[in-house]
Amino acid sequence: MEQQCINVIQTMAPCLTSSGVDPGLAQFISILIGVVLVALFPLVLVILLIWMERKVAARVQDRLGPNRVGPFGLFQNIADALKLIIKEDITPAGADRTIFNLAPIIATLSTTMMWAVIPFSPVNIGVDLSIGVLYFTAIGSIGTLAIMMAGWSSNNKYALLGAFRVVAALVSYEVPMVLALLVPVMIAGTLSMQSLVVAQQGMWFIVPAFVSALLFYISNLAETGRAPFDLIEAESELVAGYNIEYSGMKFGLFMANEFMHAFTANLLFAVIFLGGWSGPGATEVPLLGFIYLFLKTGALYIPSLILRATVPRVRIDQMMGFNWKFLVPVAIVNVVVVAFLLQVTKALGIAPVPGETDFLANLPQALVLFVGNLLTIAVALEMIRRFGRQARSETSGAAVVIAEAHDVPSAAH
Amino acid sequence: MLELNAQTIAFFIFALFALGGALGVVTSRNLIHGALYLIVSLFGGAGFFVLLSAPFMAVVQVLVYIGAIAILIIFAVMLTRGMTQMSEILNRQWWMSAIVGVLLFVMLGLGVILPVWGENGINPNRPVSDNVATTEDLGVALVDGNQYVLPFQVASLLLTGAMIGAIVLARDTE
Repeated sequence: MEQQCINVIQTMAPCLTSSGVDPGLAQFISILIGVVLVALFPLVLVILLIWMERKVAARVQDRLGPNRVGPFGLFQNIADALKLIIKEDITPAGADRTIFNLAPIIATLSTTMMWAVIPFSPVNIGVDLSIGVLYFTAIGSIGTLAIMMAGWSSNNKYALLGAFRVVAALVSYEVPMVLALLVPVMIAGTLSMQSLVVAQQGMWFIVPAFVSALLFYISNLAETGRAPFDLIEAESELVAGYNIEYSGMKFGLFMANEFMHAFTANLLFAVIFLGGWSGPGATEVPLLGFIYLFLKTGALYIPSLILRATVPRVRIDQMMGFNWKFLVPVAIVNVVVVAFLLQVTKALGIAPVPGETDFLANLPQALVLFVGNLLTIAVALEMIRRFGRQARSETSGAAVVIAEAHDVPSAAH
Repeated sequence: MLELNAQTIAFFIFALFALGGALGVVTSRNLIHGALYLIVSLFGGAGFFVLLSAPFMAVVQVLVYIGAIAILIIFAVMLTRGMTQMSEILNRQWWMSAIVGVLLFVMLGLGVILPVWGENGINPNRPVSDNVATTEDLGVALVDGNQYVLPFQVASLLLTGAMIGAIVLARDTE
């Protein structure tokens, strides 16, 4: 009995069973606690995330940020959440009530459910699905549906227009994201999240697949609606976007979901490209793996907050053009190049045996793939440079024509 | 024969989703509601795939049908606002679709019942097929020369053709 209860986190069900609980019930209790913990964690974490986001944004803009409620203003968001909860809940006239109320719930659900497949440590994972990578992509696409429902049911033209724009962008950016995920899956030969992390013991995938990492990062910025792709909230042109009619905690859910989604995206990046929980001593002490994972995520998340506070917003046509004319072709070429190089390394015999955790054994293949990635990105950048130069010469030419037609001094001279 | 365990309960919940959603699709006059019911129904279908130990199919169902096709249907319906509210549930072709629907139901019913009828039905717990395939097997089957590589290529060609067709249709006339 003592043997099984030494580490309750890993062996909850056997421990309960040995102390006289029915095995079925023990299993159920253990799963229930797991589900509640995994689902509650992001919901509680988001309070801290919003505080962090406001502090970082404030520092970028040379302000102090929240600093009145609690130490360092930490409790500001709890006060804000209370305010949102006790606000009047308004449903606009002519709104489709059921769908209107369902939309924020589905939005939050789609982000929370992603946490089910994230491996926090060698032993702690909600459920290690054999198709984990596909699972979170699929669940993420349900969030798009929530935006559509919110925009349509509000019975408001601005909300509907905002939803159209956002959904078009989100559906488009799913293409490079899925293609980028294909590369680590090909290298590891598995779709399960836990096996992906195990496959990175020797070499983090950001080295052999850094084009994919870049594509995944950019398309995640768009998927989560962060600057420079934050067209979800275009105050300047659509008043507020799809959530214009929402008030009180329903709006709060949408807002919390946005922050949660941004953090989840960085967490997934850390799991897929930065080795997840792997680090010295993580296999012996699971708690260390948990700390490593969140350190890696934080190292990604804080620069993304600075990025958000720094860069301006792009236009919707630029956003779509960038996706379909640049990201998608690069992603397809990248998949072909990596698939080819993987076979080449296998034929040359320098590919590591599956499950190899030694850094040096993984190095030759990673280097070959790294060079392939460099070539891909060099060609892509050269093409975009030419395209940009051509576009600039065309517009300056057009400016001359317009200026001459109106008989005013041209600004292009 | 029918024992009440977690799987059976899950099956009935998913069946409720699938059938209730399908009923909602054909009875709701609001096309958006119809599309949302369709999503509920498809979600039920994804649940069946999970129960059949085919997680890849379940996730593809959610990703492709709910995440892409259903959203595009809603998109198209919203752009044509005049179509959103329908005055009648039935149109003049109702009897034709009724015949097709009944025929399809009979065919599916026979397809499900015949394999486990008579001598096959002695052991109801015997699986219809002994093959247990993983996602990896599916992937290999699609590119293996002895298996489904030709259907796979034909389907890819069809999709490419449809994609080019859509681009040609949507393109501005120059």
